[in-house]
Amino acid sequence: MLQINNLVVEIDGKRILNGLDLSVKAGEVAAIMGPNGSGKSTLSYVIAGKEDYEVLDGEIVLDGQNLLEMDPHERAAHGVFLAFQYPLEIPGVATMTFLKSVMNAQRKARGEEELTTPDFMRRVKKAAERLHIDQEMLKRALNVGFSGGEKKRMEILQMALLEPRFCILDETDSGLDIDALRVVAEGVNALRDPKRAFLVITHYQRLLNHIVPDSVHVMANGRIVRSGGKELALELEASGYAEYKEEAA
Amino acid sequence: MPAVQETVERVKTLDVDQYKYGFETHIEVDKAPKGLSEDIVRFISQKKGEPEWMTEWRLEAYRRWVTMREPTWARVSYPKIDYQDLYYYAAPKKNPAPKSLDEVDPEILKTYEKLGIPLREQEILAGVEGGSRVAVDAVFDSVSVATTFKEELRKAGVIFCSISEAIREHAELVRKYLGSVVPVSDNFFATLNSAVFTDGSFVYVPEGVRCPMELSTYFRINERKTGQFERTLIIADKGSYVSYLEGCTAPQRDENQLHAAVVELIALDDAEIKYSTVQNWYPGDAQGKGGVYNFVTKRGDCRGANSKISWTQVETGSAITWKYPSCILRGDNSRGEFYSIAISNGYQQVDSGTKMLHLGKNTTSRIISKGIAAGRSENTYRGLVSAHRKATGARNFTNCDSLLIGDKCGAHTVPYIESKNASAVFEHEATTSKISDDQMFYCLQRGLDEEEAVALIVNGFVKDVLQQLPMEFAVEAQKLISISLEGSVG
Ligand SMILES: Nc1ncnc2c1ncn2[C@@H]1O[C@H](COP(=O)(O)OP(=O)(O)OP(=O)(O)O)[C@@H](O)[C@H]1O
Ligand SMILES: [Mg+2]
Repeated sequence: MLQINNLVVEIDGKRILNGLDLSVKAGEVAAIMGPNGSGKSTLSYVIAGKEDYEVLDGEIVLDGQNLLEMDPHERAAHGVFLAFQYPLEIPGVATMTFLKSVMNAQRKARGEEELTTPDFMRRVKKAAERLHIDQEMLKRALNVGFSGGEKKRMEILQMALLEPRFCILDETDSGLDIDALRVVAEGVNALRDPKRAFLVITHYQRLLNHIVPDSVHVMANGRIVRSGGKELALELEASGYAEYKEEAA
Repeated sequence: MPAVQETVERVKTLDVDQYKYGFETHIEVDKAPKGLSEDIVRFISQKKGEPEWMTEWRLEAYRRWVTMREPTWARVSYPKIDYQDLYYYAAPKKNPAPKSLDEVDPEILKTYEKLGIPLREQEILAGVEGGSRVAVDAVFDSVSVATTFKEELRKAGVIFCSISEAIREHAELVRKYLGSVVPVSDNFFATLNSAVFTDGSFVYVPEGVRCPMELSTYFRINERKTGQFERTLIIADKGSYVSYLEGCTAPQRDENQLHAAVVELIALDDAEIKYSTVQNWYPGDAQGKGGVYNFVTKRGDCRGANSKISWTQVETGSAITWKYPSCILRGDNSRGEFYSIAISNGYQQVDSGTKMLHLGKNTTSRIISKGIAAGRSENTYRGLVSAHRKATGARNFTNCDSLLIGDKCGAHTVPYIESKNASAVFEHEATTSKISDDQMFYCLQRGLDEEEAVALIVNGFVKDVLQQLPMEFAVEAQKLISISLEGSVG
């Protein structure tokens, strides 16, 4: 499904990704772990198409399409979704309005009919209930004054509504209390599908207890330095990243 | 390249060249010679078949005007206007006051259709649906072309006609109220207007009457080098209510066009006037060439107790806007409101705001201003709130928010507060924000393109004010906002 080959990326002249290779199959949940500053968020931004990053080499192919040739909103319509590590606040724009705008924008881009209001409402209601999001919150401006955990749940709500084929979760577990973590993990698990893949960036095993990954990749100094099964995460939790840092240095 | 940078680049090349309404209508025109003199003032007055008192009124204004100087305090700059190089009167020739739309020059009707306000359609729509109804008084250059719905309004006792007709037919009302809110000598542009105004609208709503429909005027500047000087006078008698919408459009030209209108509103005891403006005059091209100079004096007088005047404006056009719709809160318990969305793009300069003058007891006012600056534009809010010595219990709430798109534009807030009464409570809030690259990326990641993202954020920003517009026009205004920001992003 997703194939990244020899990705080299700089920002402001500083090299962040250093010949990164990664492949994720349809239906797979791949976890990425690694020390602070190793380039995990950078990778997610480059997949989603954020400006400012200079791609010097490599390719990112999602279901046959080279993402690097597409604008960010085209990638979104093609099924790339990024749950942000730090979701942005959009003052004045009611969450409902935002949701409807983005859902219809993607449908339009794919040549599909716009949603009718009742259909839209039904979908939102269902997804919000599953994530224990209060209807009242949907009337407020998107993310404005939301708590850290509420913002993260809102990201998953958007993911559920947009039904992307490739979902990136950047530290979605940070800022969540134990109950919220379980709710969010259930929300994600409900979306697991043979046609959908996940890239889950996290520092902690506790998330992976709930969202059990098919593969675990260790990132250090801008590349994947080791890959394994779900046991690798447990091993990292016990031993830390010391050996990878040295290895890279 | 960050989004804002790209915005700036795009604005430099595209933006306002794409002015949607830049077309000319070819019809025969009856014009006065260039320049301004007592003779021209007399000519205008005569052309309009005015009584002697009106001619004198104009001449007095003209004599005042020649002693006055153009104001320079606003944060706008423009080359000196040569007032002798303008035409002060232009009337479409084939137009001896049509009785119905059928008599209106089809070319003119076509122009309105291009503007998206088909008079005919509005008439039909109103008959069929019985829902929203709008009476339109269309001003084509200087002469009022057609007034629809006249009959129905007459039944309600509402007078809605051109100011010229009012001068002839309702002289007692005009004499009583004209110049009573904006005196002849008020300011340079108002005085000029008093001398040479050629048309505009007149509304009188009698005691206790709720005007049965929205009244609307579409102004349009067509003839080359004609200044447009409308004069609008609206009187809401005791306990009455009227909602009035003014829309403006001008075709695209290389030279600048001058517009100096005067609007006077009078609300007597328990009366309410709601005045909304959607203004999208030609703002000039990408080099800042051409465009309308809009120097307007708008003032409402809450003359009676418990009266209310509310100004709502959506300003997206003009090269230069100099405009401060104000309220004189004379009657006890009267209320003034000002809701404004001012969008500037390209090289536009906007200096706009309001004045709330609290004279009576327990008077209240509310100001909500949303300024949006893109491109290389300058957007200034200038507001005055004052309480007279006798204005016990006066209250004002002001909220001024500015939104910047790109980093070559400017937003400024200049609030003046004068309180001579210790019991007055004035609150002021102001914010300036910017659409950040990260916010843009967040929206793009969800599937919006750049223009959709900016439109969504801007519409969120102006929501509180849009809600104040009559329903029919809120949608139009929303479209206008998107159009005026087209090309402000890549
Ligand atoms: N504009 C920039 N200029 C220079 N360096 C940058 C810039 N943006 C990010 N970096 C650097 O890139 C590196 C990778 O950052 P990134 O956010 O991808 O790390 P991360 O793996 O997500 O870390 P964390 O676990 O703390 O979230 C960091 O060293 C960061 O300081
Ligand atoms: Mg990170």
